[in-house]
Amino acid sequence: MKILLKNLNLLNPEQKINHESDLLIEDGKIIELGSNITSIDSQTKTFDFTGMYCVPGLVDMHVHLREPGREDEETIETGSNAAAGGGFTEIACMPNTNPAIDSAEVVKLIKDKAKNHLVNVHPIGAVSVNRAGEGLSPIAELVDAGAVAFSDDGVAVKTSALLKSAMEYCLMFDKTIIDHCEEICFSDGAMNEGFISTLLGLPPLPSVSEDLIVARDILMAEYTGGKIHIAHISSKKSVELVRNAKGKGIKVTAEATPHHFTLTDDVLKNYDTNFKMSPPLRTEEDVQAIISGLKDGTIDCIASDHAPHSVEEKEMEFIYAPNGILGLETELALCLNELVSKNHLTLDDLVLKLSINPRKILNLPIPKFETNELANLTIFDPEKIWTVDVSKFKSKSKNSPFDKRLLKGASVAVINNSKMFFENKFTDI
Amino acid sequence: MSLTIKHLIGLHGVPSDDIQTILDTAKTFREVLERPIKKVPTLQGKTIVNLFYEDSTRTRISFELAEKRLSADTINFSKSGSSTKKGETFKDTIRNIEAMKVDMIVVRHESAGVPQFLTRISKASIINAGDGRHEHPTQALLDMYSIRERLGKLKGLKICVIGDIAHSRVALSNIFGLQTMGAQVSVCGPLTMIPQNIESLGVKIYTDISKAISENDVLNVLRIQLERKAGTSIPTLREYHNYFGITAERIEKNNKDILILHPGPINRGVEITSEVADGPYQIILDQVTNGVAIRMSVLYLLGTRQ
Repeated sequence: MKILLKNLNLLNPEQKINHESDLLIEDGKIIELGSNITSIDSQTKTFDFTGMYCVPGLVDMHVHLREPGREDEETIETGSNAAAGGGFTEIACMPNTNPAIDSAEVVKLIKDKAKNHLVNVHPIGAVSVNRAGEGLSPIAELVDAGAVAFSDDGVAVKTSALLKSAMEYCLMFDKTIIDHCEEICFSDGAMNEGFISTLLGLPPLPSVSEDLIVARDILMAEYTGGKIHIAHISSKKSVELVRNAKGKGIKVTAEATPHHFTLTDDVLKNYDTNFKMSPPLRTEEDVQAIISGLKDGTIDCIASDHAPHSVEEKEMEFIYAPNGILGLETELALCLNELVSKNHLTLDDLVLKLSINPRKILNLPIPKFETNELANLTIFDPEKIWTVDVSKFKSKSKNSPFDKRLLKGASVAVINNSKMFFENKFTDI
Repeated sequence: MSLTIKHLIGLHGVPSDDIQTILDTAKTFREVLERPIKKVPTLQGKTIVNLFYEDSTRTRISFELAEKRLSADTINFSKSGSSTKKGETFKDTIRNIEAMKVDMIVVRHESAGVPQFLTRISKASIINAGDGRHEHPTQALLDMYSIRERLGKLKGLKICVIGDIAHSRVALSNIFGLQTMGAQVSVCGPLTMIPQNIESLGVKIYTDISKAISENDVLNVLRIQLERKAGTSIPTLREYHNYFGITAERIEKNNKDILILHPGPINRGVEITSEVADGPYQIILDQVTNGVAIRMSVLYLLGTRQ
């Protein structure tokens, strides 16, 4: 089957492509590019995408799919659907499932459940067995089964000794450790420590709790020569630490979430648990530091930390409510709205942060706009204005703090694995 | 006389006219408490639930007594910890209680924000009896009432709250309420017990207790929680007492006109010596009596609000 995508603004900074073009796709592969595509027949389905951008399929490298274990909150299928809806063709899923992704069997289960979907799901293996911070999980077996990186996300790698072992061991496979940087001894806090926590009387979590582990991780990366990736960086000091470490050539990368560059702790004033996450929302100064870090390349990529929670678990007393918010279906729009529209990033930068860099960190192939390449692409409209409506989300959960927010910019279609998601429908192409 | 507020969540943002009305109305009820028959029919037919998710003796008793003195029907509901671990969510509990047609809910909870949460899920009028380390507005109101009763005014007074400010719900309510009424509020304690950026609220910080005594008109001495994990905020209770305890010697040396308040329960020999706790500078038991009058005032004003 052939489909013709017309009048796209083709954008791939990795190939230095930035021009208008049509794309002809047959059986999921790009077979022709240019403005005068001829080899179409009467069966060819044509789409006019005038004014829209077409980029290598977006990747969210920090997603919680909840399966196995909490299929009431999200499944591999619903999470993948949410990803497609949000404009992503690939996601990496965190191992804090039940059981954790600490055995080849769980990696295989996830890959098996995901295999017929448009969205590629890449499991991230647990650093330690059951993420308990004691012994290493079978990292080699997990790599063989398809794990793309390692993390005990939800908590930091528990001890420096375990981190050292994990980094040294991962060197053999060129895999990155992704760390949730939070010094556990402070973790009874429910929000960022500062004026607002004092005003609200909520137990504070100081930003130095994040900075301490970022510093530790950087030192360990320098010492071992291994690769560390700082998940959801949120404090100004941590951004500075990463910037300095990169200057010294240490193999550290970092991601930021849309909520950490969009919101401050000020929004907690009515104790809405949909604003409760870890790391917590911080101050305007931190938000500005994240944006600067994204601009100057200190922060390599944007990831959502998509964390579905059931309504009954979120609608709870603030200190008892779980951390985390949905991300996949608002991420691209928030990036376009907060970063591109406000001239902090160019569209080229955005494609690096949402598509190219995460693949480099996870050693995934970067899709090219070339003949005979598999079509793995995202088409978005940077001008489309829409209102977030959680009731229309594909995710099984609804815990988004951005509900009812007016946003500019939206995904229009994604194509991958010989499938297309367009106008709210999946079709085989 | 009627209040602009529908609920009493905290004193943050409550206008001075409302506070004035509550204090003045409390004076009337304070007189009722001296009568041989201490009951008035004002809230007859109203149902009030005392929802205590955290241990409390004096606040609960004070509210209950205030409710009974106003002839309201009262229900007590006590539970500790997260309800969800035991199956029923907090929201379901509230919905069930609400289905029994209650008019007001008095709530204490270890999580800050629960009273606000209640205003979103219930139609009843909500009174905060202490939420986490956030606010305890009726305590601050009774403190203000007691200070005014003794010193005749609030405006222009200097009041220092002493102790574990970071874990206290009394401190914030005192700060907001007293500032609204024109008083100056400061805090004193070891820096581990002072929450971040509290000076942004216009609050001076003392770490020298003698200076705090000499520069203020009133000390509101907070209880040091014996149960708090030892060694995290202060090394020992003895050290706290030696450096921050209120002693007769310190008072006599620095300020003999000082007025001492304490929300109770007292740890004698820790934050305050027995000599001071029973001595001429304090009004601790007056506070307890005034507490009933203040709660009657709040319940009456909110319960009869149109």
